[in-house]
Amino acid sequence: MEWKEEGDKRPLSQRPEWSDVTPVPQDDGPNPVVPIAYKDDFTETMDYFRAVYFADERSLRSLHVTAEAILMNAGNYTVWHFRRLILEALNADLHEELDFIKKVANGNPKNYQIWHHRRWVAEKLGTDATSEELDFTKKILSLDAKNYHAWSHRQWVLQELGGWEDELDYCKQLLEDDIFNNSAWNQRYFVITKSPFLGGLEAMRESEVNYTVGAIIAKPENESPWRYLRGLYKDDTQSWVNDPQVSSVCLKVLSAKRSTVFALSTLLDLLCHGFQPSQDFINAVDALKTPDLDLSDSNLATAVCSVLGRMDPMRVNYWTWRKNKLPAQTA
Amino acid sequence: MGGKIGELEAEKHVRYILLVEKRKDDFESVVTEHLRMNGAYWGLTTLDLLGKLEIVDQDEVVSWVMECQHESGGFGGNIGHDPHIVHTLSAVQVLALFDKLNVLDIDKIANYIAGLQNVDGSFSGDMWGEIDTRFSYIAICCLSLLQCLDKINVEKAVNYIMSCKNLDGGFGCTPGAESHAGQIFCCVGALALTGSLHHVDKDLLGWWLCERQVKSGGLNGRPEKLPDVCYSWWVLSSLIMIDRAHWIDKDKLIKFIIDCQDRENGGISDRPDDAVDVFHTYFGVAGLSLLEYPEVKAVDPAYALPVHVVNRIFFSR
Repeated sequence: MEWKEEGDKRPLSQRPEWSDVTPVPQDDGPNPVVPIAYKDDFTETMDYFRAVYFADERSLRSLHVTAEAILMNAGNYTVWHFRRLILEALNADLHEELDFIKKVANGNPKNYQIWHHRRWVAEKLGTDATSEELDFTKKILSLDAKNYHAWSHRQWVLQELGGWEDELDYCKQLLEDDIFNNSAWNQRYFVITKSPFLGGLEAMRESEVNYTVGAIIAKPENESPWRYLRGLYKDDTQSWVNDPQVSSVCLKVLSAKRSTVFALSTLLDLLCHGFQPSQDFINAVDALKTPDLDLSDSNLATAVCSVLGRMDPMRVNYWTWRKNKLPAQTA
Repeated sequence: MGGKIGELEAEKHVRYILLVEKRKDDFESVVTEHLRMNGAYWGLTTLDLLGKLEIVDQDEVVSWVMECQHESGGFGGNIGHDPHIVHTLSAVQVLALFDKLNVLDIDKIANYIAGLQNVDGSFSGDMWGEIDTRFSYIAICCLSLLQCLDKINVEKAVNYIMSCKNLDGGFGCTPGAESHAGQIFCCVGALALTGSLHHVDKDLLGWWLCERQVKSGGLNGRPEKLPDVCYSWWVLSSLIMIDRAHWIDKDKLIKFIIDCQDRENGGISDRPDDAVDVFHTYFGVAGLSLLEYPEVKAVDPAYALPVHVVNRIFFSR
């Protein structure tokens, strides 16, 4: 475990294995725009890094100095680049490298360089790394379930190395923890559309609609499942308009009279695509209007837009625009 | 329209940016050594938007920028650092601010960028191959500023971006990745610069983007996330590019940005009362610029440069 050797806390200038190296300071140009006075220990490590980097010395001690530099500043991409060249030259044990990355990632879970390096290592290890990578991302996501880098890495692992089998269950578990987690909804869509084991979107539609309707009823103010529900029909607008599950979840939420913005907006979309509302819909929308709204001579789609403009004043211009461009058949 | 003169602490922000550029002893300036090119772009663009770019010694900046160029044609984040597409765009943008694009060997940079395009149309950030729609935007923006988009396969680049479109109308970093306002800016910006905005479902995306405005008036980058001044740039510039900026409450957003200022020492933070930094100072000032705030110069939503700089490139020769 090469990084454990940074147990030697002496400055590099006092370690025998570095006595033949002349450190190279950062060149800030002849008239530095922004002269930077580096912190002493960091400065020294970087000076030695530059010495081996400019000499292109791909050795064990160079590997050590990149580890020290990265632990002080994981964002320096040039250090990571050089580290990869050294790892290749030394034919190093890449499972140990995964351990090193784990250690660095603990303090920097949103650092681009770490994730890119991790992918490079995992790519070299191939399917040997599958379960380790799924576990690693799961651990990072247990601390922040919306970490964009972790999700991106996990999607790459699934597509390139496999491991799809438990992914839908994992999404389900994350959504049980937080039904508002849009990243988990996105992953769910990713799984049902791309997993080689589930048969694709149409095969999954019925069970997914049931699941999503349940999520909407639980929290109708949650934007994610409403958008997911529409996504389940993708380009098949006719099936979406005709599926009674879609219109009935709107009606259910409207009738309960709480958090109705997304139900109203979905109803509006349905109406714009030819949905024929029953009297129940008209009554439910009528019950939502405020006393100052006179909707007596307006049709349902227009009334929905008016109610939305009142309910969601921050986006009143959007709802007014929707009202103005209603297709003729809704009038 | 809100935005009264005097609420924006412009002078203090200018002083703050100049101070950061000269700061010597704190840890932050040490650990950001490798991304100074990118930081210089954000800081200098903010100074230009506030009408104070002439304070900076442009000869010093230009010679430093040119020293960061690698023999491959790409630029590093500082002298002696490896080239990366992020810093290459920043270098070109900084030179554009000073009307110094003529010092560049344009073919050399264009070849470096063209060499980063992959067979599927995507772009890598550097020779190590990380792929992200951020890099698609950067490549396209950079080549467009250098007026040589013909060096890459634009059709494939556009197709790759469109493969990252999601069910909510937004875009992610790779196909299937969650929609994120920062990635949406990159994708919409790249599509705008290649004349491909007709591929975007503007109404669906516009609604998703305007849903990013939360009660405080600020914008978030994904559903259920906290608002952050940076999205005043990413979300609003995207909305402008697809002609839907009037769908948000502009007065409330202005108030949110104004409330994120450090009124004593200058600078703008991600949220009220947080610590300020140069990046959020740019995002706040550029956001106010997009909102046509008085006494801030207009910024171009796709190039992320002052409009007068973009006009100078495309209309004055």
